[in-house]
Amino acid sequence: MTWDTILTGLAGVVAMATPVVFATLGETLTERAGVINLSVNGTILLAAMGGFAAALTTDNLWLGFGVGMLIGGVVAALLAFTSLSLKQSQIAVGFVLALLTRDLAYYLGNPFVGKQGPRVPVMTLPGLSRIPVLGALLFDHDPLTYLSIVLIFVTWFWVYKTRPGLILQGLGERPAAAYARGANVRLQRYVYTILGGMLVGLAGPTYSLSVKAGWKGTISGLDGIGWIALALTIFGAWNPLRGAVGAYLFALLQWLSLVVQPYLPDVPTQVLQVAPFPLMILTLLLVNIGNTEWMKRTLAGLPPDARHTVARILRAMQVTPPAGLGRAFEEE
Amino acid sequence: MQVELRNIHKFFGPVHANRGITLTIPAGTIQGLLGENGAGKSTLMKILSGFIRPDQGEIRLDGQSVTFHSPADALAQGIGMLHQDPLDFPPMRVLDNFVTGSPGGLLPDREDARQALLSISQQFGFSLDPDAYVDTLTVGERQQLEIVRLLWLGARVLIFDEPTTGISAQQRQKLFAALRRLADEGRTIIFVTHKLEEVQALCHRVAVLRAGELVGTADAPYDLDRLVEMMFGKVISVGRADPVPLGETVLALEDLAVEDHRLNIRGVTLNIRAGEVVGLAGMEGSGQRRLLRAAAGLIRPTGGRVRFLGRDMTGRPYLDFHRAGAAYIPADRMTEGLFPDLTIAEHVALARQRVGFFLRAEAMRAWAQEAIRHFSIRGRPETPARALSGGNQQRLLLALMRPDLRLIFMEHPTRGLDLESALWIWGQLKNRCRQGAALFFMSSDLEELLNYSDRVLVFFGGRVSRPLPATELDVEKLGQLIGGYGFDRVVNTAAPAAHTEGEAA
Repeated sequence: MTWDTILTGLAGVVAMATPVVFATLGETLTERAGVINLSVNGTILLAAMGGFAAALTTDNLWLGFGVGMLIGGVVAALLAFTSLSLKQSQIAVGFVLALLTRDLAYYLGNPFVGKQGPRVPVMTLPGLSRIPVLGALLFDHDPLTYLSIVLIFVTWFWVYKTRPGLILQGLGERPAAAYARGANVRLQRYVYTILGGMLVGLAGPTYSLSVKAGWKGTISGLDGIGWIALALTIFGAWNPLRGAVGAYLFALLQWLSLVVQPYLPDVPTQVLQVAPFPLMILTLLLVNIGNTEWMKRTLAGLPPDARHTVARILRAMQVTPPAGLGRAFEEE
Repeated sequence: MQVELRNIHKFFGPVHANRGITLTIPAGTIQGLLGENGAGKSTLMKILSGFIRPDQGEIRLDGQSVTFHSPADALAQGIGMLHQDPLDFPPMRVLDNFVTGSPGGLLPDREDARQALLSISQQFGFSLDPDAYVDTLTVGERQQLEIVRLLWLGARVLIFDEPTTGISAQQRQKLFAALRRLADEGRTIIFVTHKLEEVQALCHRVAVLRAGELVGTADAPYDLDRLVEMMFGKVISVGRADPVPLGETVLALEDLAVEDHRLNIRGVTLNIRAGEVVGLAGMEGSGQRRLLRAAAGLIRPTGGRVRFLGRDMTGRPYLDFHRAGAAYIPADRMTEGLFPDLTIAEHVALARQRVGFFLRAEAMRAWAQEAIRHFSIRGRPETPARALSGGNQQRLLLALMRPDLRLIFMEHPTRGLDLESALWIWGQLKNRCRQGAALFFMSSDLEELLNYSDRVLVFFGGRVSRPLPATELDVEKLGQLIGGYGFDRVVNTAAPAAHTEGEAA
């Protein structure tokens, strides 16, 4: 492989990661507020189909993205209403919504399967794209990729540097304390759930109108991405930057599975195609291994030097979820 | 600011938690609010701080009638409440915690906040590091952070709900000094407690609540017998229990070592005999809990040996200790001790029914009723554990212990319990000792350590004292040792020097 093909491949990784970044950022915001939206996988599918259908019939690309975000927002609003107002289990409702939206996408999407639709054009940034390596890697993409990169930093800044961001951290950590400090817990949870849902929805048309343009029904290859986004939220320790790194890592693994395919003729292609999924789960396990009882016991039996080094590494990787995640909150 | 509560009523379902409470608190005073658990103190304070709304009654501040829609609203009008478990955000840094919820624009002015945090802290002699993470702070420091924050946001009335639970003697002194100072500056302090000695040491005046009613008020100096009578409706006396004859060695720790990422404790050697009570003292987080857990097999010690009834049990899991006749009762009763949603009957069945696949309803009921009677639990067989008060949860835990135990580990046996429950619990524990069990416990209540232990181990700065006979200690001396004064003289010099790591947080 030449350097150029590697560079093109890596640029492709950045593009492929774009929808995963959107979904991970959205879910990160929602979970930071203390709500788990498990519907991500189905939402992405329904938004991909809906966005594609809207763009195809109206021949308006941007309307397609609007519809995708609307679908994400509506599904999230349903979850928010049942869990925050009707006090039902977020897990149960989210799971049912995940299945429902997925089946809806396949059913309603039938008439559009295989149609040639519009596609977001690449917008090479003048000047910036001339930078060696970085230019080809980051500045020769469509506008959505630029948006996703900007959003990573905006989300990070919002969560850690702004006043509402501090309250957002508090909402998921300890809603009672956030309430004591003047936050309208329920309203804010609604806002972040719907906002996060809209970002997840944005991931759908990003696939069907850009990264994997078109709608191919059950063989679109999008099923499962949403579950990865949920895992990445955890991998990212609810930090937008770390979550985005995870999204790029996942896209890199997907690319590598394609790259190594010719060199491993004995391995069925299906195995390589799904390999990134179990690899992501393994990464997740590795990240949290320090929390396990057997790991703690094993560590205690090691000689001091090794013990301290390993413990330090494990502690740096370890993540703890927002303490109030998925819990209902009553003001009284 | 003068606070007036007028005819406050509050119902929770059928429970009448506040029954027409009327109380006036002048500015510049420290008002004690005394009562047993469940007397309605917390409810009244939550009403005053805007967390819940009264069903009837009026609150007046400096003569003006006010209504609070939320705690933030109450704070805006000058009333701040410090909760027993400080309402902060443990994974955040101190400074972020401090600015969260403060009014202002999109971007918080962290430099300004840092200056305010440092200068207010300094006034009260608190040393808070703005960049430390809150979960590395002790409960006492987290309280200090809340006090500073509430003052920064302009609180003129400060409510403290059982603030001395879980803090060290030194931190308590610092807290009391701060409260006196705040009162001198004209702020109103309301101090909720069930400890008489705290009322005596601190409060200018006291109001006593019992079963939701204000049963009386008194000004300093107090007639303690009268206060006790008001609290309980009868007189209880605290006395040292009779000595229990000691038997064979039950638990032997040999050169035991434990560590976590900031502590490194080594060389603990101790024999505990049947009938003996050994207490672990020290500031929260000094390693008592880790040592206790390592001795019970809940965590693996990093060095040394643990022998239980003569058998080497080093590194074995807690389940093996449990089978051999040990029980560990954690401080956090709801998350580690009991199943919140299971009923008393189900708990008892879990502990007692050893055969059969199906639960036997009549037997469960009978056992539960027996446990309720025998352990004076206020509840019915079908009451879920979460609905029990702290004292009754602890009674249920005791009821679940096997009758033939040889060793009981306990964290804070009476934390958060009222005097009557505490005395009852210790009566039960002493009975167990008379039946041949040994008791190994940790506590931050100095009186408890001195009253009930035969020997005490003091933890300070990553080191452990040799076992000190409780009869050679008093509250003052023990308090000094916990704070490190004269600690070098009680460290076991025979053991290899222990040390804390440089990276201590």
